[in-house]
Amino acid sequence: MTKDTQWPLWEVFTQKKQGAPHEHAGSVHAADKELALQNARDVYSRRNEAISIWVVPTEAIIASTPEDVGSFFDPANDKAYRHPNFYKTPEGVNL
Amino acid sequence: MKNYVIEYCLRLADTSLILGQRLGEWCGHGPILEEDIALTNISLDSIGQARGFYTYAAELEGKEKTEDDYAYLRDEREFRNLLIVEQPNVDFAQTIMRQFLVSTFQFYFFDALKNSSDQTLAALAAKSLKEVTYHLRHSSAWVIRLGDGTEESKRKIESSIDELWPYTGDMFDMDETELVLAEKSIAVDSKKLKPLWEKKVQEIFSEATLNVPQNIFMMSGSREGKHTENLGFILAEMQSLHRAHPGVQW
Repeated sequence: MTKDTQWPLWEVFTQKKQGAPHEHAGSVHAADKELALQNARDVYSRRNEAISIWVVPTEAIIASTPEDVGSFFDPANDKAYRHPNFYKTPEGVNL
Repeated sequence: MKNYVIEYCLRLADTSLILGQRLGEWCGHGPILEEDIALTNISLDSIGQARGFYTYAAELEGKEKTEDDYAYLRDEREFRNLLIVEQPNVDFAQTIMRQFLVSTFQFYFFDALKNSSDQTLAALAAKSLKEVTYHLRHSSAWVIRLGDGTEESKRKIESSIDELWPYTGDMFDMDETELVLAEKSIAVDSKKLKPLWEKKVQEIFSEATLNVPQNIFMMSGSREGKHTENLGFILAEMQSLHRAHPGVQW
């Protein structure tokens, strides 16, 4: 394998409008956080897609692994009572 | 007076267009993907600024002129861009230094022009100021990192200062056209921007551990269309399609 000579990787989260959540947009390479933010701006919001940007060092993200899938997620499958869908929504409430 | 305003618009438009054309040469050649996009973003901002000023000039001149007539059908001596923007890219360091020196100037320039008594110029300046504020932030960040970076990056950024410094004086020259317009608060008195520009450059250079050159002979001539040998080559490339196929559209 060739050695990775790229700068560190950063994950980019963009917010599309006020009150909306920041969503994962992609990643950029940058040597430090200020340039990571600028690169994220140039790559992911140059067509007016965002009003706010977060950048996070990729190595700071702890992710679940495919091996975790069984123990993490399967137990949620058969417990319908965890879902609040036995209630009638009162009139006038918009979901 | 109208002819003076047209001439003024062409100067501003030419500076933005030639800078945009120069930066566009980086498209597909940037040191990394992200920076390739950053440089071409700045290029597109500059071309957008040029279009605004050309369109206003065309409107004032009438005679069914369009922005393309100015961009594609004028010769070297008719172009009025600042000498510094036609200087070659050379390498990333020199491109960044050119951008920093010009963006610092444009930042104070558009900040002043947004108070122009000509409302169209004021509006174009206000729009451009937002773009240039980012160009300045991006280029300053790189000047600091290259200056205070490795031995190689420092050597390259220092050599770019030596190459570009003689063309910085031209930005602050004033001729009769601009003095008359400045008198009526239409144009900016660029001479007055020099102390602001020097202060900002000094501030960033200090952080970048770079020295500001002293007592350097300054080139001038952009206001009379006297250019360095570079502009002819830029125009040859930029105008060839339009001249071979007059009026061609995408």
